[in-house]
Amino acid sequence: MSKAILYDATMCIGCKQCEGACAQQNHLPYDDAVAAESVQSAHKYTVVLTKDDKFMRRLCMHCQKPACASVCPVGALHKTAEGPVVYDVWKCIGCRYCMVACPFSQPRYEWQALNPRVRKCIMCPDRVVAGKPTACAEICPTGATRFGEREALINEAKQRIQQNPSNYRPHIYGLEEVGGTSVLLISSANVEDYGYPASARIGDTPMPEYTGRVMERIPDFIPLWTMVLGGIYWVSHRRDEVALAEAQEKNGSAK
Amino acid sequence: MKFKLTLWRVIFIVIMVLGLYSSFVRYFRGLGAVSNMTDQFPWGLWIGFDCLCGVMLAAGGFCMVGAVYLFNVERLHAVVRPAVLTAFLGYLLFIVGLMFDLGRPWFIWHQIIYRNPHSVMFEVGFCVMTYTTVLFFEFLPNVFERLNWKTPIKWIQKIYPVLIVGGILLSTLHQSSLGSLYLIMPSKLHPFWYTPALPFFFFGSAVAVGLAMTIFESTQSAKAFGRQLELPVLVTLGGALLVALWVNLLLRFEDYFHRGLLREIFKPSYEAYFLWIELTLTFVIPITMLSFKKVRVSPQLLYLASISTVLGFITNRLNIALIGFETYVGHHYVPKWTEFSITLMIIAVGFALFGVAARYLPIFGEEEKHAVVHPRVRSAEATPVLSHAGD
Repeated sequence: MSKAILYDATMCIGCKQCEGACAQQNHLPYDDAVAAESVQSAHKYTVVLTKDDKFMRRLCMHCQKPACASVCPVGALHKTAEGPVVYDVWKCIGCRYCMVACPFSQPRYEWQALNPRVRKCIMCPDRVVAGKPTACAEICPTGATRFGEREALINEAKQRIQQNPSNYRPHIYGLEEVGGTSVLLISSANVEDYGYPASARIGDTPMPEYTGRVMERIPDFIPLWTMVLGGIYWVSHRRDEVALAEAQEKNGSAK
Repeated sequence: MKFKLTLWRVIFIVIMVLGLYSSFVRYFRGLGAVSNMTDQFPWGLWIGFDCLCGVMLAAGGFCMVGAVYLFNVERLHAVVRPAVLTAFLGYLLFIVGLMFDLGRPWFIWHQIIYRNPHSVMFEVGFCVMTYTTVLFFEFLPNVFERLNWKTPIKWIQKIYPVLIVGGILLSTLHQSSLGSLYLIMPSKLHPFWYTPALPFFFFGSAVAVGLAMTIFESTQSAKAFGRQLELPVLVTLGGALLVALWVNLLLRFEDYFHRGLLREIFKPSYEAYFLWIELTLTFVIPITMLSFKKVRVSPQLLYLASISTVLGFITNRLNIALIGFETYVGHHYVPKWTEFSITLMIIAVGFALFGVAARYLPIFGEEEKHAVVHPRVRSAEATPVLSHAGD
């Protein structure tokens, strides 16, 4: 079954313990200076943003059908059966197509490194496989970040919105967006204010389908186009052969 | 032999010194130090110009091979070799450009072993790799003729039909797929440039630029090497270019009409200004010029029309790669001088290699002696006279 993270912004107190736990889990530096950075970066996979005293986490959404994994020429990114979208650095050639393709602009790059890596939340795949929650969900003191089965979390999110409609916007961000994601958000604030792309803008179509529509035609196109080109070649050169033969015949009869 | 310091050589040396300095920064200080690329703008000038434009500028190779060997347009024979040489150098330099842009260029060969068939980038990479090999074989007869090796020429003649058909197939695939690279970004790329028709536009612009580049490079090498200009050739190319531009123009506007943007593109906006520059250079100027017979028979004016076309389509691809993302990202990307200098260095190396090849190899004019393809009839219509030139 596919796992997911449910982030309920209304329960978040902005303690940033998820940031610290994430840094520790992924062996990234974390101190007061890093905590004060309000942007994601190559050394900060997740960030708790504050606006009008309301908090909002940002992290990789772990799309059900990830654009990053579909565009990677060497398959360095892939969606695991458990839900995380993980990165195999040893395959990566550094083309950065994943960064350009991601509808949430999540992957970050080690621009200063001489052998740079793509950096993003990988949803603690080792912990998830071992049946443990992600580091951020485990440490969250209020339950704002929860880890579990995607279906169960969707039901819980629906319930919370239903029981307390005045407290939430009636929308689970990530339920349908780009075909669904493994990170689900519910909040009282507008997610767009924190840099999330508007639902209408990214749509419900999984991103890989936009290229898939073209790519799936290539296996048919190759033999067809080869035959067309080969046919043209044959016809235009056959004309020459015929002309040559006719010319020789004429010369022969003139003698 | 005495080395003369001409103006062009001084410029070349300056470009090379700056380029080598920037290369040092690139490999010893990292991509962040050498470029203005950021997490928000992960693709910059090198993808926009070196890759997207580079491959387009090398399209003359498959266009001319297609015209002469596939469609048997005999009178264009003289431009095939320079066009194939340009294409071969262009693709080699494209790969060199990638070695600067890729974060881990030492793993570029991973493309061959870790294949992801769903990736457009993989398809482009694979086609470029194979097509560069095809171009190598199409270029090789130049070297063999120079060395007077008869047997290997015969071998290549045997596989020539495969090289021709295969080369055009691969070109069709990767020229259009460069456009498909952007299909996955409907929410990021500005609607002026994002369209499901991108692969068609990329192929269409490649054909137009292939023709324009052949005119440009024939005229340019005529000047540089002081040989006679093949006017009937240029006239044929100019006519074909006019048709190609019309097709491109109609497709572009059909697409804007279909997506209900016809009004939008004429309203002033940041993107609209760049679109207007692009449309003026690609369509308005060259189509107007080429519509006059006087222009189509004048080498100088044809040369200007082809330059306008090339600059126009370069603007088009830079708009797609850079300008079209600025509104989404929310800030401008201006390449650092070191990025420019590496691009310039690659271009300068290209010109230099072309010069060397043109000087030492039978690129111009000698192909009549050993035609690469089996000897064929030269009918009367194959030698057009100037009186039909403007038809």
